[in-house]
Amino acid sequence: MSHDPWVWISAILSLFIFSFLYRDNPFYKFAEHLLVGVSAGYYLNIYWYNGIYPNIVSHIIKEHNLLYIVPLFLGLLYFAIFIPKFSYFIRWPIAFLLGTASGFAIPAAFQARIMEQAKGTILFSPSSYNSPLAFINAVLIFIGVLTVLSYFFFSKEHKGGLKISSKIGIIFLMIGFGASFGYTVMARVSLLIGRLQFLLGTWLGLIKY
Amino acid sequence: MRDFLLKLGNIDRRVIYGIIAIGVIIPLLRPIGLPENITPPVKHLYDYIDSLPKGSVIILSIDYDATVLPEVHPMVLAVLRHAMVRGIKPIGLGLNPAGTGLGLDAFSKVGKELGKKYGIDFVYLGFKPNVSATILGLGEDIRKVFPTDYFGTPIDSIPMLKNVRNYNDIALTISFSGSSLPENWIMYANARYGEKIACGVTAVMAADFYPYLQTGQLIGMIAGLKGAAEYETLVNRLFRRLGLKKPSVIAIRGMDANSLAHVLIMIFIILGNLAYFSSKRGRKE
Repeated sequence: MSHDPWVWISAILSLFIFSFLYRDNPFYKFAEHLLVGVSAGYYLNIYWYNGIYPNIVSHIIKEHNLLYIVPLFLGLLYFAIFIPKFSYFIRWPIAFLLGTASGFAIPAAFQARIMEQAKGTILFSPSSYNSPLAFINAVLIFIGVLTVLSYFFFSKEHKGGLKISSKIGIIFLMIGFGASFGYTVMARVSLLIGRLQFLLGTWLGLIKY
Repeated sequence: MRDFLLKLGNIDRRVIYGIIAIGVIIPLLRPIGLPENITPPVKHLYDYIDSLPKGSVIILSIDYDATVLPEVHPMVLAVLRHAMVRGIKPIGLGLNPAGTGLGLDAFSKVGKELGKKYGIDFVYLGFKPNVSATILGLGEDIRKVFPTDYFGTPIDSIPMLKNVRNYNDIALTISFSGSSLPENWIMYANARYGEKIACGVTAVMAADFYPYLQTGQLIGMIAGLKGAAEYETLVNRLFRRLGLKKPSVIAIRGMDANSLAHVLIMIFIILGNLAYFSSKRGRKE
């Protein structure tokens, strides 16, 4: 059994959180509120020392570079929302952020998520694949992409060929959702395992690695 | 039989929680030792790191937080052990503020375990806000984005980073995350600068990243606890070949429990469906 008081605190808080599985109770509420409070303090600290201080404050105070007052002022305008008379000014930093973020993201997203992905669906001759299975895989991807896209094509009524294609598309979608759900179950069980490894191993010393 | 199924359908959820908990605890206390099949995305990443020349520099981006620690932390430890034992020099940085301490813990732990020196064999730069600006900035000059390391030491006085300027000097970047953050590495570092990218993600996110593996935008992927167990298995084999002490089985042991829990969940899903259809038939009659 661990002699570290922090391990004990962590273990007891874990049990408080687990107690919610039985029903909502004051122990769970205490642990939940503690998490929210500690996280807020932690984030504030991290952002101050890694963002605000080195990127703004030190430039103004240490290097006397007054140009940095512009982004500081723009950032402070976010707080204008709290003053009803000046709340309109929050639109300035939001507009700046939206503009720059879109400028950065649109070409990059188009390249990475559309161009490259579309290239990935192009079929080549069977001999250019490493194995017959790789070719079958490529054919499945080709059919999957086309049929799923046809399912989301709403400009024409789903009749005839389009109906068949969209039905096949649904099968591909269902397989995709099933895979995601299976992975989600694994993820949630893994989180439980991690906590139990901590409680049984680090805290109680019942598991030896 | 129908009555039995109907009773099962109305079972208290807390009984199910209890059975799952027992199903997870037993294999943790008495490991079964189920074999790990290595999947291609994990093998590709392992082989890529293994093929890098000694002294190559790679980035491990700690983009996760404590909520996904059981899945992602073992991956980071396994990759770090692999890289350091092969003489590859990892740079640690983070784009998630809550992951800063976790990354530092992993780098310090593995560095100490393998007798590696900070600043010569590995470096930890810490967290930097604004994901896209940080990733794009690393493509220009690492010094502009991280003038100092996590401890405040100027980058220029760190021997390992003397010749490291941008992605041209970094052989691989691996983003460990419980969110879609690795997509930013693909969008900005890979698409714009041609940097090789891999990721270690939670199982929830894995399905989202398979399309990037197929197009080669990701050179490999470690997905969930299963992926972490696979990488641990590969690293353990390497350590055995090199005559080193087997480093860790934390994810491998976890997968025993995961497999048993999955069998139980599948049984519950089948029983739940049988109970549902029984009750539906009863209503019709």
